[in-house]
Amino acid sequence: MLPEDAPARAHHDMGGVSRFACEQVDKSHHEMTPFDRDVDALRQVLGGTGLFRTDELRRGIEGLPPDVYDRSSYYQRWLYSMVRMMLEKGVITEAELRARLSA
Amino acid sequence: MSRFAPGDAVRVRDSWPEAEGPVHIRTPHYLRGREGVVLRPLGQFPNPEDLAFGRPAPSIPLYHVRFAQDSIWPENQPGDEFLVEIYEHWLEAA
Amino acid sequence: MNLTEIPTDRLLAGFRGLLLEKGVVTEAALRQSDETMQAASPARGAEVVARAWTDEGFRARLLADGTRAVEEMGIFLIGAPPLGVVENDAALHHLIVCTLCSCYPRALLGYPPHWYKSAAFRARAVRDPRGLLREEWGTELPAGTRLRVVDSTADYRWMVLPRRPSGTEGWDAARLAGLIRDTDLIGVTIPTA
Repeated sequence: MLPEDAPARAHHDMGGVSRFACEQVDKSHHEMTPFDRDVDALRQVLGGTGLFRTDELRRGIEGLPPDVYDRSSYYQRWLYSMVRMMLEKGVITEAELRARLSA
Repeated sequence: MSRFAPGDAVRVRDSWPEAEGPVHIRTPHYLRGREGVVLRPLGQFPNPEDLAFGRPAPSIPLYHVRFAQDSIWPENQPGDEFLVEIYEHWLEAA
Repeated sequence: MNLTEIPTDRLLAGFRGLLLEKGVVTEAALRQSDETMQAASPARGAEVVARAWTDEGFRARLLADGTRAVEEMGIFLIGAPPLGVVENDAALHHLIVCTLCSCYPRALLGYPPHWYKSAAFRARAVRDPRGLLREEWGTELPAGTRLRVVDSTADYRWMVLPRRPSGTEGWDAARLAGLIRDTDLIGVTIPTA
C-alpha cells in the first residue's frame, strides 16, 4: 500500500504528498520582515518563561484549518497558535484581547 | 530502560490517532505500519503527545530508526534510506 | 473568537501590547531574543564544519554530542533542543528535512530559509529525493553513494557534516569555512573547492 492510500493523514503531515510532487521549490531568499522577527522573539521569550512549549506551538499550528494553514505565512501560523495557547491557558482573556484590538 | 537495541528490527504501529480527534504526534504518516531497523537510541525525552496538551509528560526512549525508501515508495532508489526519530511507544518488535 | 479573521498585523500589535502590559514579557527580553537570533548564522555552522575537517578529535566529539562540542567554540545553544550532526562520506550522503513542520538547527544556523519550510520541499524530500536534489539544486550524488534522508520530526535538530572537498589539502580552517553554504549544511548541495 502506498502512503497516499492510508486512512487519515493530517494536513501538516506533508511527507510525500502527491499534490506537491510537481511543485517547484521557491529557493529565493525571503528576508525576515519586522513582523516575522517580532513573532519569533515573542515565541522565544514565551518559551523561556515556561508558559508554553514547542509542542504546544506545534499543536496550535497543526490545529489550523487546512485552508488557513495553506494561505498563512510561517510566522502568521505561529502567531495564531501562540495567541490561541495563551487564551487557552488563561494568560490573556478574550475580553482583554478584544479591548486591545478595538483600541 | 530502553526496550530496543541497535540492529533490532521494529515495526511502526499502524495507528491513526489523528482520525479520532485532536492530537499532537511526531510519527509521520508514511511510516505507519512500516518495518525498519534501530540505528541507535537517542536518549529519553518527555512525551510530546502529552506536553502539547500541558499534561504531565513521562520521559520515554527515543530511537533513530532506518527504513528502506523503496519499501515505502517503490520508485525511490534501492539502497536509499530514511532515518527518523521514533518514540518507543510507536514501535513494536518485527 | 476567530483569530484567523483578524488582520495579522493588528493581531500581533494587540497580542504583543497585551503581554507587555501584563508583564508576561518585557521589551528588554524581546530585544535580547532578537539579538541572539541575529548572532546565529550559516557562517557559524561553516566554522564548526571547518574545525571538524581540521581537528580529528573535535570531529569525533561533534558527532558524539553536537551541543557540547560547539561549546568549545564559544557557541552556547541555551534552551535549544540537542544538536545532532550526521556525517557524509563516500558511501553515504545525508539530506535533512522536517516533513511535519520545519525543525532546523536555528540556534546555530539562524532562521530556517524559506525553501526549507515550504510544502514543496517537505513533500518532495521523502518522495523521489534524488529527483528533488537534481531538479532544484543540480546536485548529483557520486555513483555508489547511498542517500539517507533524515526526517527531523522530534527532539533533535540535525545538521550535516559535509565531506571535505578534494583539492583543499593544506587549507586552514578559515579558508575552508569560506567554501561552505547553508545548503551544504542541510545536504541539498555538496561543497566544492
